[in-house]
Amino acid sequence: MRTPTYVRGKQGWVERVHGEFRNPESLAYGGDGLPRKALYMVGFRQSDLWHARYRESSGDTLYVDIYEGWLVPADSAEGTGSG
Amino acid sequence: MARTHDMGGRPTEEPLNLHEHALADWEVAADAVAQALGARGIRSTDESRRAMEDMPAQDYLTLGYYERWVRGTEQLLVEKGILATEEIDRKMAELEETWGVS
Repeated sequence: MRTPTYVRGKQGWVERVHGEFRNPESLAYGGDGLPRKALYMVGFRQSDLWHARYRESSGDTLYVDIYEGWLVPADSAEGTGSG
Repeated sequence: MARTHDMGGRPTEEPLNLHEHALADWEVAADAVAQALGARGIRSTDESRRAMEDMPAQDYLTLGYYERWVRGTEQLLVEKGILATEEIDRKMAELEETWGVS
């Protein structure tokens, strides 16, 4: 499980689509990693992730590579975070 | 609930040690063995990560970086039936006797 806890339930945007790669969650257990999964570079505002604990520039951005299975459309997000 | 290795953003009072350090010979060997097993298709990065990240928290937090690698490599070799834990323990005992260390 390599999607960091600190981005779960948070809203970001797709900055780039890296392409489709073998699924690491299958590869981790010796599987063939198929079907391939799309990998996205997702941007988050640092201030959305850390709230008051983040005291640097409000425009700072964090990018995390996330496979499609971990993403839901922002308007349907059920997460416990900011949406 | 974050798993043990998922440390990003976890509050800590401990200062971060950002200094580079020289690798010990066994650390280089640990890396070399893992790479060689990878080249033979016996082990992959995703499998090694899973083996290390499934380690009990107490072990994960007390072992050093390459100690985790060694533990992960051992776990995968045993899982795949290439080595048995008893074989590894027996060899370790032999080496300890030969070199007079433990």
